[in-house]
Amino acid sequence: MLVEILFYVFGTILVLAALGVIVSRNPVYSALSLVLCFITSAAIWLLIEAEFLAVILVLVYVGAVMVLFLFVVMMLDINLEELRTGFTRYAWLGWLTAVAVIVEIVGVVWVRGLGIDVSKSPTPTAADYSNTLELGQVMYTKYAYPFELAAVLLLVAIVAAISLTMRKRPGLKVQDIGKQVGVNAKDRVRIVKMESEKRP
Amino acid sequence: MITLSQLLTLSAILFALSVAGIFLNRKNVILLLMCVELLLLSANFNFIAFSRYLGDIHGQVFVFFVLTVAAAESAIGLAILVVLFRERRSINVEDMNTLRG
Repeated sequence: MLVEILFYVFGTILVLAALGVIVSRNPVYSALSLVLCFITSAAIWLLIEAEFLAVILVLVYVGAVMVLFLFVVMMLDINLEELRTGFTRYAWLGWLTAVAVIVEIVGVVWVRGLGIDVSKSPTPTAADYSNTLELGQVMYTKYAYPFELAAVLLLVAIVAAISLTMRKRPGLKVQDIGKQVGVNAKDRVRIVKMESEKRP
Repeated sequence: MITLSQLLTLSAILFALSVAGIFLNRKNVILLLMCVELLLLSANFNFIAFSRYLGDIHGQVFVFFVLTVAAAESAIGLAILVVLFRERRSINVEDMNTLRG
């Protein structure tokens, strides 16, 4: 019973925060609402006993991806008024699509029933059950190769993001470490042989 | 306890709201990226719900990979956005018409 009450509370917060993401006037408020979305989702995932993914969601999404979003939103000097023009022009189409999607999925779930018993609850896991352990046992054996591929994908993303955003401004005074290290003494010092000056 | 249908309904509402968000904020690239993140979150909801209710851990492994790919996607998307803003001083989708698409 308590779990159900918590689910409804978090679900309400989640839907309101999602509404805040899509209708707020300021992108900073949208990003902060999205943070609230992720945190309440993590709480709901905890309620259905997917603990590892809940923690990962908070760590990776709130801790890294949303900070990146906020950083970009605050770094760019955006003309909000221009972006807001025509906000209501296709709004009816958006809401119509939303209602259609909700009606379709709810119809499929509640009326057709998917061939499985949708009104059942999962069997609660034992007290010494470890979600992380079970995920790790599958991930490092059966999914070891996709796991490595995911790591390579993240590396590619790092390289792509840095190489896209790095720029060389002309006229900037910076050290060229490679040149400094590779220099030879004979390039720097010029030894000149000359007669000594005669004292008059 | 929470039933499967409650979770599926919640994720359907989340999915519909983010689709509506793509229609509403179709000029602002940052908000489009945020709406895509919300879409992926609602898909992850379904994966975790079915994984728990069918007693199959592989759904949660898939959510892990979806999170990885989504993080990479948003990093590259934001990098492209920053480069675009440097070139055009604007993030309006309607200004991206170089390819006449």
